[in-house]
Amino acid sequence: MASFIQLLVSGLATGAIYALIAVGFTLLWQTSQTINFAQGEFVMLPAFFVLAAMNFGAPFWLAILISITLSVVILGLVFKLIIVDPMLKHGVLPLVISTIALSLFLKESAKDFYSSQAQPFPALVPSIDLHVFGAVVSVQSLAVLAVAIATVIALHLLLNHTRLGRMMQATAQNPTLARILGVPVRRMVLYTFLINAVLVAIASVLISPIYLAKFTNGETLGIAAFLAAIIGGFNQVRGAILGGVILGVLDNLSAAYLSSQYRAAFPLIILIVVILWRPQGLLGRLEERTV
Amino acid sequence: MLRLGLCSLAVVATVGLTGPSFAQDKTVYMPALLELSGAGAVSGTNFRDGMLMAIDEINAKGGILGHKINTPVIDTQSDAGVSRGQMQKVLDNNPYIVFGPVFSGSVLVDMLLTQQAEIPEIVGGEAAAITQKGDPYVFRTSFGQQFSMPKIANYIRDGVKAKTVAVLWVNNDFGKGGRDNFVKEMQSRNIKVVADVSTESGQTDFSADVVKIKAANADAIFVYTNEEESARFLKEAKKQGIKAPLIGETTLLGQKVIDLAGGAAEGVKGHVGLTVDAPIPAVQEFAAKFKKRFNYVCDHNGIKGYTAVYFVKYVTEKIGKFDSKAFAKTAHGLTITPKDEPNILMEATWDKNGDIDRESFLGQVVDGKQKIVETLPKLGIK
Repeated sequence: MASFIQLLVSGLATGAIYALIAVGFTLLWQTSQTINFAQGEFVMLPAFFVLAAMNFGAPFWLAILISITLSVVILGLVFKLIIVDPMLKHGVLPLVISTIALSLFLKESAKDFYSSQAQPFPALVPSIDLHVFGAVVSVQSLAVLAVAIATVIALHLLLNHTRLGRMMQATAQNPTLARILGVPVRRMVLYTFLINAVLVAIASVLISPIYLAKFTNGETLGIAAFLAAIIGGFNQVRGAILGGVILGVLDNLSAAYLSSQYRAAFPLIILIVVILWRPQGLLGRLEERTV
Repeated sequence: MLRLGLCSLAVVATVGLTGPSFAQDKTVYMPALLELSGAGAVSGTNFRDGMLMAIDEINAKGGILGHKINTPVIDTQSDAGVSRGQMQKVLDNNPYIVFGPVFSGSVLVDMLLTQQAEIPEIVGGEAAAITQKGDPYVFRTSFGQQFSMPKIANYIRDGVKAKTVAVLWVNNDFGKGGRDNFVKEMQSRNIKVVADVSTESGQTDFSADVVKIKAANADAIFVYTNEEESARFLKEAKKQGIKAPLIGETTLLGQKVIDLAGGAAEGVKGHVGLTVDAPIPAVQEFAAKFKKRFNYVCDHNGIKGYTAVYFVKYVTEKIGKFDSKAFAKTAHGLTITPKDEPNILMEATWDKNGDIDRESFLGQVVDGKQKIVETLPKLGIK
């Protein structure tokens, strides 16, 4: 039982981070049909912004703020203006290929400018462990979980309880109608890119103390979050959250109780089962093509 | 006349491009295929930087037999398939020697090509299988697992006095080879393997693996993963309160692992084939030069890269010409001492299979530093 609690908490913490990244996937898809295959590298990069800021003498909290700001500018605004806008008019596929190229560029740039070696990354909270019913639960895991939940709640409040959020939802659901109703669609789309940048920066700060800051981090994170978004439903924010949590928890439990050797295969098996049983994802909406 | 002149120039240029490169402008072409990106980037970069130091030192003194070393470094992307393609390309350019790769999986596919081309390959891979295929053109720069595992096994039996052991390994050619050799050595010493846990390269969450290891309640735990995974495992092991001694190889005790794992590496013990902390002045002098130039502490791969170049220099000067076949013939059974070539750092012998024999060390992490507690003699292979 103690082992199960440990694995559950650790899986929930990892799953919560997958969820944050997966939410970004769904936001971009819903508002602009952008599938960002550089999303994993978007999570890798802010950790290096933090380390670079700290190298210049900034305290950790200030370095995080600088990192979030840089992420909003570079991974939100610049990404939208330089890559998405020019490519999207040519269809989804050229954009997908562009984001794959971007992921390689970001990964190799991080390696060249910083180092190929993993870097220690400061934790948000001290590495203290709690003993609960015989299980050892790290405060770090609980803090990750708490920050991720708070971020998701804040996003939910923004999208569902503010005028701005409703305009963004209208843009996602029917951009043509939203435009007729006076919603500044282009600006709303831009906002989703900026929100995605904030989400990946938060995910980066949460995960880097555990993963260590390394240029290859995006590979696993990007794939895990993409799978989570598909499992939960690519067109639903709450689906992405569910998908992330399922993936994080099942990965841990299957490695401990089934086989660690085949742990990488379990997420894919879940994906296949979900696709066969519910192609739109667990909480996704069925989208029909129209002519 | 003009047409004839141009044709002559073209012929000369073509011959120049395709002929043995070391005969042209007093350079010798010795390319390196290394893991500069992907999962092996840390190892490949260290190997490259060690090589670059040696090459610059040698070139500054006039090169080898009056030829400057020309070593383009080609990225294998830590992928065996890419590595094989790159190897085919460099072999087409008639190299004297090829350095690398470091990843055993890449070495195992590349060595078929170098053997066919009869070009010596100086590799960083440690998988036992590399030198068990009867390839006369492959030479190691560090211990193969078949030499390091008996030393670790002896330590677990005599030093730790363990009756049961758990093993955690990374599921790639390096990890699988090490695990197989380790389990074999344990069986021959009647030490029972009570947990056998495979992990993935680049794995980040070790909570499930540590739960399994902890449940096995072994007298000792042997960890054989790459450096960053070792650090993540150590953190998780500390978190879950593992009490059994953690024992490993260079990839568990390196300074990089200690830095990444923080206090979690304290007390870890193991066998270290090559280390900048070795109590040998030449090694420490090399480590200081490396740190000054590249601004980071080199790991064992940096030493491998550095000594690999001096190994080639010594053998070439011994045979007095750039002859790949003669190189391979001469290097087997050769011993180089620091008296013969100071930059070889430690006395080393290459046997008939291309395996290397050197002194090695038992280390322990004390106060955030790797401390060498014992120097183990050469095995005396021939």
